[in-house]
Amino acid sequence: MAVCRRHGSGETRCSFEFDVALRFSQRRRGSLSALLFRMSQQGYVAAPPFSQAQPGIGGYQGGFGAPPAQPLYGHYGGPPQGFNAPPAGMMKSPPTSPAGMPPSPVSSQYNPSVQQNGAHPQRYASPSAASPPYGQPSQSVYNSMASPAPPTQQLANQMSAMNLGSYAPGAMQSHPPPPTSSVAQQHFQTPAPAMGQPQMHAAPQTPHMASQNQMSPPQSPLTNMPASGQSMGGQPFPGPPPSGQGAFQQHGTGPGAPSGYPQQSGQFGGLMSGPQPGMSGGFPGAPGGLAGPPQKKLDPDSIPSTTQVIEDDKARLGGQVFSTNIRGQVPPLVTTDFTVQDQGNASPRFIRCTTYSLPCTAELAKQCQVPLASIIKPFAKLPENETPLYVVNHGETGPIRCNRCKAYMCPYMQFIDGGRRYQCSFCNCVNEVPVFYFQHLDHMGRRVDFYERPELSQGSYEFVATLDYCKNNKPPNPPAYIFMIDVSYTNIKSGLVKLVCDELKTLLEKLPREDGAEASAIKVGFVTYNKVLHFYNVKSALAQPQMMVVSDTAEMFVPLLDGFLVNYQDSRAVIYNLLDQIPDMFADTNESETVFAPVIQAGVEAFKAAECSGKLFIFHSSMPTAEAPGKLKNRDDKKLVNTDKEKTLFQPQKGVYEQLSKDCVAQGCCVDLFLFPSQYLDLASMADVPSHTGGSIFKYNNFQVATDGEHFLRDLRKDLQKSLGFDAVMRVRTSTGFRATDFFGAIYMNNTTDVEMAAVDCDKAVTVEFKHDDTLSEESGAFMQCALLYTTISGQRRLRIHNLSLNCTSQLSELYKCCETDSLINFFAKSAYRAILNQPVKNVRDILVNQTAHMLACYRKNCASPSAASQLILPDSMKVFPVYMNSLMKTAPLVGSTELSTDDKAHQRLSVMAMGVEDSQLQLYPRLIPLHNVDVSSEAVPDPVRCSEERLSDSGLFLLENGHSIFLWLGQASPPDLIQSLFNVPSLAHLQQEHMFTLPELDNPLSKKVRAIISELLEKRPNSMKLQIVRQRDKLEMLFRQFLVEDKGLHGGSSYMDFLCYVHREIRQLLT
Amino acid sequence: MSTYQEFIQQNEDRDGVRFSWNLWPSSRLEATRLVVPVSCLFTPLKERPNLPPVQYEPVMCSRANCKAVLNPLCQVDFRAKIWACNFCFQRNPFPPSYAGISEVNQPAELMPQFSTIEYIVQRGPSAPLIFLYVVDTCLEEEDLQALKESLQMSLSLLPPNALVGLITFGRMVQVHELTYEGIAKSFVFRGTKDLSSKQIQEMLGLTKPAAPGQQGRPVAPQDAAASCRFLQPVHRVDMNLTDLLGELQRDPWPVPQEKRPLRSTGVALSVAVGLLEGAFPNTGARVMLFIGGPPTQGPGMVVGDELKTPIRSWHDIQKDNARHLKKATKYYEALANRSAVNGHSIDIYACALDQTGLLEMKCLSNLTGGHIVMGDSFNTSLFKQTFQRVFRKDYNGDFQMAFGGNLEVKTSRELKVCGAIGPCVSLHSKGPSVSENEMGVGGTSQWKLCSLNPSTTLGVYFEVVNQHNAPVPQGGRGAIQFVTQYQHSNTQRRIRVTTIARNWADAQSQIQLIESSFDQEAAAVLMARLGVFRAESEEGPDVLRWLDRQLIRLCQKFGQFNKDDPTSFRLSESLSLYPQFMFHLRRSPFLQVFNNSPDESSYYRHHFVRQDLTQSLIMIQPILYSYSFHGPPEPVLLDSSSILPDRILLMDTFFQLVIYHGETIAQWRKAGYQEMPEYENFKQLLQAPLDDAQEILQTRFPMPRYVDTEHGGSQARFLLSKVNPSQTHNNLYAWGQETGAPILTDDVSLQVFMDHLKKLAVSSSA
Repeated sequence: MAVCRRHGSGETRCSFEFDVALRFSQRRRGSLSALLFRMSQQGYVAAPPFSQAQPGIGGYQGGFGAPPAQPLYGHYGGPPQGFNAPPAGMMKSPPTSPAGMPPSPVSSQYNPSVQQNGAHPQRYASPSAASPPYGQPSQSVYNSMASPAPPTQQLANQMSAMNLGSYAPGAMQSHPPPPTSSVAQQHFQTPAPAMGQPQMHAAPQTPHMASQNQMSPPQSPLTNMPASGQSMGGQPFPGPPPSGQGAFQQHGTGPGAPSGYPQQSGQFGGLMSGPQPGMSGGFPGAPGGLAGPPQKKLDPDSIPSTTQVIEDDKARLGGQVFSTNIRGQVPPLVTTDFTVQDQGNASPRFIRCTTYSLPCTAELAKQCQVPLASIIKPFAKLPENETPLYVVNHGETGPIRCNRCKAYMCPYMQFIDGGRRYQCSFCNCVNEVPVFYFQHLDHMGRRVDFYERPELSQGSYEFVATLDYCKNNKPPNPPAYIFMIDVSYTNIKSGLVKLVCDELKTLLEKLPREDGAEASAIKVGFVTYNKVLHFYNVKSALAQPQMMVVSDTAEMFVPLLDGFLVNYQDSRAVIYNLLDQIPDMFADTNESETVFAPVIQAGVEAFKAAECSGKLFIFHSSMPTAEAPGKLKNRDDKKLVNTDKEKTLFQPQKGVYEQLSKDCVAQGCCVDLFLFPSQYLDLASMADVPSHTGGSIFKYNNFQVATDGEHFLRDLRKDLQKSLGFDAVMRVRTSTGFRATDFFGAIYMNNTTDVEMAAVDCDKAVTVEFKHDDTLSEESGAFMQCALLYTTISGQRRLRIHNLSLNCTSQLSELYKCCETDSLINFFAKSAYRAILNQPVKNVRDILVNQTAHMLACYRKNCASPSAASQLILPDSMKVFPVYMNSLMKTAPLVGSTELSTDDKAHQRLSVMAMGVEDSQLQLYPRLIPLHNVDVSSEAVPDPVRCSEERLSDSGLFLLENGHSIFLWLGQASPPDLIQSLFNVPSLAHLQQEHMFTLPELDNPLSKKVRAIISELLEKRPNSMKLQIVRQRDKLEMLFRQFLVEDKGLHGGSSYMDFLCYVHREIRQLLT
Repeated sequence: MSTYQEFIQQNEDRDGVRFSWNLWPSSRLEATRLVVPVSCLFTPLKERPNLPPVQYEPVMCSRANCKAVLNPLCQVDFRAKIWACNFCFQRNPFPPSYAGISEVNQPAELMPQFSTIEYIVQRGPSAPLIFLYVVDTCLEEEDLQALKESLQMSLSLLPPNALVGLITFGRMVQVHELTYEGIAKSFVFRGTKDLSSKQIQEMLGLTKPAAPGQQGRPVAPQDAAASCRFLQPVHRVDMNLTDLLGELQRDPWPVPQEKRPLRSTGVALSVAVGLLEGAFPNTGARVMLFIGGPPTQGPGMVVGDELKTPIRSWHDIQKDNARHLKKATKYYEALANRSAVNGHSIDIYACALDQTGLLEMKCLSNLTGGHIVMGDSFNTSLFKQTFQRVFRKDYNGDFQMAFGGNLEVKTSRELKVCGAIGPCVSLHSKGPSVSENEMGVGGTSQWKLCSLNPSTTLGVYFEVVNQHNAPVPQGGRGAIQFVTQYQHSNTQRRIRVTTIARNWADAQSQIQLIESSFDQEAAAVLMARLGVFRAESEEGPDVLRWLDRQLIRLCQKFGQFNKDDPTSFRLSESLSLYPQFMFHLRRSPFLQVFNNSPDESSYYRHHFVRQDLTQSLIMIQPILYSYSFHGPPEPVLLDSSSILPDRILLMDTFFQLVIYHGETIAQWRKAGYQEMPEYENFKQLLQAPLDDAQEILQTRFPMPRYVDTEHGGSQARFLLSKVNPSQTHNNLYAWGQETGAPILTDDVSLQVFMDHLKKLAVSSSA
């Protein structure tokens, strides 16, 4: 059983103990919580059920335990499903299955298990059904087990009652009394072992218990102990040391670990295809499953829950003010609504770090393997109630900077010598204060004008840049937007061209403008193209627009300047005329070939000629096959998936695009790409430029105006109206001892320090990795300053400065405490997505798992109080890290499935590279919002539930969104009245195709509420999402299921539970 | 026989031919000793109102390398229906259609008065005329406006079925599609990239992607349908084109201070040539290039866009300091040759105050027979009227332009062709009548003249073959046949055949006769052409020295003098004017670059080598008329002594028409006497030169610069620089005298020139 509890040191422990069959249902928790509260504060202790050495188990172990370690491992590397399969199979497998399981060789074991996957149906069993059986017993057990945690200071805020509630289930089931087991038995009839549980626990367990345990590992209840100051001893955990040893032994005994991998992976690879049929098979069976008794239900509530963590944080910090006046302060989660008060450090909206306490030494950093990184979103949108950045103007001298390291004046500069000089906190250089800037110091040694100068008191602010900061020492021109529309046959036929043209007429009125400006300073230009490019002269003086055809695609140029980029207000009539005519002009086209690189080149040339920066909006349909630079050929080869050459699918095809990116960045030309493919178009190559220029990539497969039109237009509107900075260069300076070494994002790096972005908008984030140069001092801490030089939408040159101070520590526990999972996963996602360009996906997955295990093992070893090896102990700050990591590995780029389109993989890869923490969090852990019991009278959006099939109910309505897709899932037993209120049809069966993409506007509270929720979500997310309405067991449901990240992946990848077990195993191996 | 004067005149009127010698020396050596080569000025399309073309094909000698056309000089056996070629002596039967031939029923080509005859041949489809406007948009607003109006006006002058096209250029080159509806469409080319003809056609969408196997096949003119978008019958696109021209904007690219606008003349021409090459090979077409400044970028660039680097001057060229000169010239030569091969001619209308790069571009027109017009602005009557005159029509209502000309010269055995000088390119047709010794464009007996008009005149140079010891037997006649094939402006293909013959004379026994057959006017022009031709490739002083030497040798040969006694020197009447021509030629802008920009020199030379004899002589020695109360207007010496206070002078230099009011006249005019009724005669006096000038202006192409000036006026320099400086500040005796006006120059006067000439001619050491 899994026991979770709060541990004094602020960690989550999950110990999986074989013998404890207890499960705590949610309902029980309430009662538990009180107990837990007292006993352990911080640790989650999940005692997995596997620990026993029972015969049944033995077999299990054989499969799972020792030798398995490697197989599993290989498994991870390879097609992940193999791994999942066994547990899943176990869980659901009919009683007969056990036979297959036991001692048989690994491979054979898996196979059957795979088949058993088909048993999914059981999943449908609603948790509620299972609940009764669950473990009250545990409570008592728990009580007894729980040992007082050491009184380590646990920040109250870390623990909330909520946590307790959610994780409360049995703390230490390890020693649970038989009663538990009896209960469990019902559930888990099949002996199918879940994870190889070493015989952690006392043998006493009965066989059933064992079997039950096996099933349940995932359930391992996690306890959240209240944050109350008390700490509970770490020792409590049931798993006696010896058991742990056992586990290790098993590992040890396994075949030569490393050598074993490859073969095994091969084996598993073979399995891959298996699971899917299994899956599909599962659906039909579902009803049966439902009907059936919830036999071997594992309690998923027992493992750390993301939704819970989010809710806890929300409850604790939601709506509060976060003042940035303290060094190294860990901000609320990205999912929490809070208000930031800038008091000397940049708002977490601008910068988030993987940890807010840096390790003092490189050794320490190496030891814990926690990546040190910041995710900087320099243009993050601030909520209305937060003060926008102040603009500081130092006149002709320009911003004051340190003479040596060129850091900008900031709150960390130490004024000395009566204010005549200041010491740079980054390089320690002592600088003279310029005469005009001199100010006396007060008794605190602070400048008297401290509060009058944003650059002294704020974490983020802007400087007006002088001509020295401008290209060619000339003030920049206002930026321009060029709309480049592919008018080849496909786009004409799909109606896209007309749609875009019509939309632009109104949309252009809403170009972003400087606050208070009457009209946007942005100029606009229009290009259409197929094999050749057509530029349009829309000079206001003309009666008719003029078309200029450039067919020299080999060496692109812009045929005109004056009249091409115009002020929309002035040329409105001509532009209208043009937009009206474009669809007609090409109505009869039969040109199906397109060019692409020359189109971007044309944009660059236009900006070059106009001496401005800007953005290209390209609406493109197909692979550019016309004879021109950047011509692409179909190289989509599914055979490469899961081979060493898979990386080539992610790499851009030609050097042309590389050079083009360079040109774009040099000119400040950002490219936003809207793709409307009907087949493979080599997105990896086509999106190379957007992904280096701070652009976005939007993709609408098989675009049809009727179904995707609105979706696309929403994207376009959002994208067009985004506020952004152009022609940006970002530099991250750090105090001595560490420095920025690597950068991830939609950026271009010409050298190792300057991050160049043709444009950067409010959703683009750059992830920066830091490395030690030297030792950091705990006392002085660490500083970073991110300076972004850019051009505003009205054409002013500015410097945006974000400062952040961090703590430094030589205590690993402190470091772990200050980690932030969301940021970590952002970093991991980006680094993994970059890594797959250079190495096989399998390696990357291995590395991810390894590092995850390593981080956690290090914590376990150095920070956690001693406990049984069978316990999985997670730092509190990372307790949901595994679920994200698992989700990450199941993402299209990493999962290594041939089922997924190469373009989709590339698309996802590139989108994530530019994401901020908020978006990556959502992407990796979608919101699943139950709607069937929504309170129509309240404003609030219902709390999301965990992304797992088990949370769905036949009679439920759920909304799922991950920032890119949004689904409305209708259980097949959805109450007709709900369907009636939402769709105005009597039942699900009456839903027609046209209902599948929109909700009708009906005048009833539920419809209003649901639509309000959806539109609020659409409003909030950077991308528009296409609403898809999915009926349970529709074909489309497969799509939907992909996003249930806690479940086994549809295209491979293990379930959360399995992953946790696997990581646990790895950790234990590391700890030996 | 009448005088040679009359003979020459008659010949010129009938055949458009003027020979330097009208009796030919019978051996090579003697010919060489005559100094001036046996040569002629030939005007292939000389207007012959009384010469109706015949509607059949010429009869040609059947010998493959002869192909001479039946002519009045042939011996005909009417009975046997056989004629003997007078060039190769091949006996040819008449074709069946000549069956009815007899002494009394001769075809026109056998009649002596038809030594020049024109055939209309019905070969091939007749292609419409093509006019492709290539317009520079880097102009001042006012200039562009004027140009647009001229172009719009020209549409009404074109034959309705003529095809027109429009290319505009500035920084970019735009080829306008003319059949648009709604949005005006144009294809744009980068102004800096040299494109091959194939690329251009591809980019314009003129070629269908060649099916495999068809690779390399030349684009068939059938593709005309595709090119129609760019070249359309005037009557169909009149409106569109007028609108298009109306909307034409100045080049929209900003020109920074201290920079020249970027002008892609080179690429524009390349596109024009490529377009025609692909769509209408071997069809008469006219590319009309309008430029308002030098090419400043891309291939064919003449000067950079930095204003601080001025365009090359003669000084730079002499110092080898003209960076772009060679490259640009080479580029334009290549273009010109391509264009010439296809029979397309290129006109250049350059209107700017500064140079526009004519030096580099001249070959475009020189090789293709196009016009060059140079003016200060498109908004001047000089340009406007000249441009209108391009579309002049003859008495038949046909355009005075012909295309795709091909001139072949056939000679009897005693002669060989050395070359030709004029607006032509060699067709590299080697034959028995081609001399090794090249003069002008040689090494061929055929030349291409892409565009011709009635005044186009070539200088053709010959060589006597026979050696001294085997001279041509006396009493024989040498014959020359000029066969000119061309596309008439009414799209007919025509062949004009001119056959002439001259007697042979023994230079030793009949030197007087030969001397008297000397046509000094023709000789002067022919020698001048040789000089100008040389000047294109040689240093100026060398050319002058060569000319001087030729003159001295001529004087030695034909002058009558006692050795070493200059005063005894006399020249016969037939040579008397020749030294004077040479004197003025030496001073002319064709050979003197001083005071002229390279563009001007190119411009002058361009016209010099194509105009007929009369015009050429005017160019060499301008005509000066004097108007006074003393009598009717009279031609006066082109001498400073002619500049008198009470005279009005009218000088015609071909390029300029100067009316100069003498000091007194100018004062009177200023005082307004002409307004007073009692001085009506003064008014008439003032008016007379104006009327005469008007007459010249009416007919001259290109229209000359019209200058109305007076004593002391700044523009008087045009006159003062031309007249013989007989009185200068150097010859003191002239000072204080009332007659004439001293010219402030160190140039030698005619008198001094003649003195030296005599001295050298009589010198025994020379």
